[in-house]
Amino acid sequence: MMQSSKKIKSQKRTYLDHAATTSTDTRVVRAMQPFFSKMYGNPSSLYADGRMAKEALQKARSSIATILGARPEEIIFTGSGTESDALAILGVMRAYSGKHMITDTIEHHAVLYNAELLEKEGFPVTYLPVDAEGFVDIKKLVVAVRPDTVLISIMYANNEIGTIQPIAEIAKLVRRIRKERIISGNETPIWLHTDACQAAGYLDVNIERLGVDLLTLNGSKIYGPKGMGVLYRRRGVKIAPLWLGGGQEQKLRSGTENIAGIVGIARALEIAQSHKDGENKRLSKLRDYFIREVFARIPKIVLNGPEGERRLSNNVNISILDIEGEAMLLYLDAYGIEASTGSACDSATLDPSHVILGIGRPYEFAHASMRFTLGRATTKKDLDYVLQVMPGIVEKLRKISPINLDMNATQMSHASAFAGQGLPHWEKKRGTKLKTPSPKAQ
Amino acid sequence: MKQKTKKQNVATKIKKATKLQPAVLKRKPVPPGKYEVVNQYTGQGWVYSDIVKQHFFQPQNLLLDEPKKGQFDAEGEVGSPACGDTMRMWVKIDKKTDRVKELKWKTFGCGSAIASTSMFSVMVTENGGMKVDEALKIRPQDVMARLSGLPDRKIHCSVLADKAFRKTINNYFHASGQHDRVIVEGAKVIDARLNITDKDIEEAVLEGAQTLEDVQKKLKVGVGDPESIPEIEQLIRFFKEKYYG
Ligand code: FES
Repeated sequence: MMQSSKKIKSQKRTYLDHAATTSTDTRVVRAMQPFFSKMYGNPSSLYADGRMAKEALQKARSSIATILGARPEEIIFTGSGTESDALAILGVMRAYSGKHMITDTIEHHAVLYNAELLEKEGFPVTYLPVDAEGFVDIKKLVVAVRPDTVLISIMYANNEIGTIQPIAEIAKLVRRIRKERIISGNETPIWLHTDACQAAGYLDVNIERLGVDLLTLNGSKIYGPKGMGVLYRRRGVKIAPLWLGGGQEQKLRSGTENIAGIVGIARALEIAQSHKDGENKRLSKLRDYFIREVFARIPKIVLNGPEGERRLSNNVNISILDIEGEAMLLYLDAYGIEASTGSACDSATLDPSHVILGIGRPYEFAHASMRFTLGRATTKKDLDYVLQVMPGIVEKLRKISPINLDMNATQMSHASAFAGQGLPHWEKKRGTKLKTPSPKAQ
Repeated sequence: MKQKTKKQNVATKIKKATKLQPAVLKRKPVPPGKYEVVNQYTGQGWVYSDIVKQHFFQPQNLLLDEPKKGQFDAEGEVGSPACGDTMRMWVKIDKKTDRVKELKWKTFGCGSAIASTSMFSVMVTENGGMKVDEALKIRPQDVMARLSGLPDRKIHCSVLADKAFRKTINNYFHASGQHDRVIVEGAKVIDARLNITDKDIEEAVLEGAQTLEDVQKKLKVGVGDPESIPEIEQLIRFFKEKYYG
């Protein structure tokens, strides 16, 4: 048991949840500062104050457009990554009523739940399965495309397991489909959307090189302000606004512009993109060091998501089998370490991570999953501290645990514990059928 | 050689680390309104009570090693359909006094499950152990009150201990031939002589029983009422179809 006599060595907070959110860079705060109490004008106003705000708005828009390789009018400011996703998905689909959309099973809820909403509105939606590392299979995508498919939405990098999807390749496919449609006289357009919230700090977001038509960014993952999102929309992509009002952002997002936030996200993206190569290198090294060491020190763990360059450089996600993640989080928190888990116990809906389930693992692997996401302030020392503390906690929680999972399990282990009440609610929803267990001698 | 010393160094470091004092015990209370979850006893923003923390960081009555043969009179395991967590319990009952002498547990569950089961085990075994019938009367609310509350979202976690205990005690009743004491809740009695329910049969099927013989083996009691056999067989078919079909 833990003893209470000795003092903790590091009272410092070790923040390893940068995929949840980042701090706001002081340079960003400085850029935003004047737009609260000094230059608070409404950019729609004609007088000097309004003009000043308008100028700041235009500058921010151009700056983001330049970084993305887009035109200023293709940049739409929104209130969050979620809103950008919703505007892209609901907006495009509602502009082409009744048409088909494709996404995949491990998208962020901002994509998945809006796709489900579309289904309720009568739109057909296909959810592509992903492979064991979380990759979308292009061959399966080809098969899923229908003559009336209008939108494909595949995230750039996964927020939980760091899988970097082959967006440029998917874009190539989309271009090919477009050509085929022209030849066959099918006038239905087809657009590619990607949620790049997790990727923007580390990967190339140039629109032409990626070949996407819609792209989501947000401030809170790139050391920018929270409550700020961007949607890039290629010229010609029809979108229906989610609500109406004063007609700001080309009538697509009515509401007085959040000038401070807009200036802030522009500055944050500038900084993030100028640092990205260096950060990518530094964090990849740290990430691989951490993964290597965790595997060396803790038995019976699995890495969720791919290895090496196909994984986001700041993401580590491991399932520490037989332990429950929320308990692990609480113990880590006691040591000042802040991370996250895909366990149902830690989610408001009591659902285990759909991403861990999506890559074909049983729910106990989701319960046991721990995500550590590194960031600008993360050092090797931080990771060493975690590595020092973790094995003891794991050992303790494993002693508490009554289960002993098979590392290659694909279905739940203790079904008999649920007799009389039915399997857990998500298993019921999925209509889980078990494989007959070999009657074990007890 | 060199590697070995390095390994040892790491080992001592880890040992030291695990003895470190968790900082959370010293944290100042969080001002109300900071959390979405509200303590139902104080009406304030949720902070885990000191008692919860104590039982979470130092759980009581854990079974840390594999049980030896004959060490306990019965064991039982249940899962929470809400979150998928599981709880296993072992009991030792004083046959003469019908008191719970020992209650040990293990869980694949969250912090609240750990704390509430730890508290439950203390309540059942303190002061020489409760009478079985009394212990069965403990409600999850009683455990929560002793813990000074849990967040609403975590109430199902305290139910886990309660359910595991009932199942374990039922197993004890069966194992000790006290079939008439078996508590049947939300289940249908199939074999009235042995108080075997559809739940028992469902469990046996989930553990891999395929035939009547398998089920009898799993339930370790055979069948008391031959007239119940057709219904048992029908249930086996039903549950096989439901879970494996
Ligand atoms: S027991 Fe699963 S959330 Fe507490």
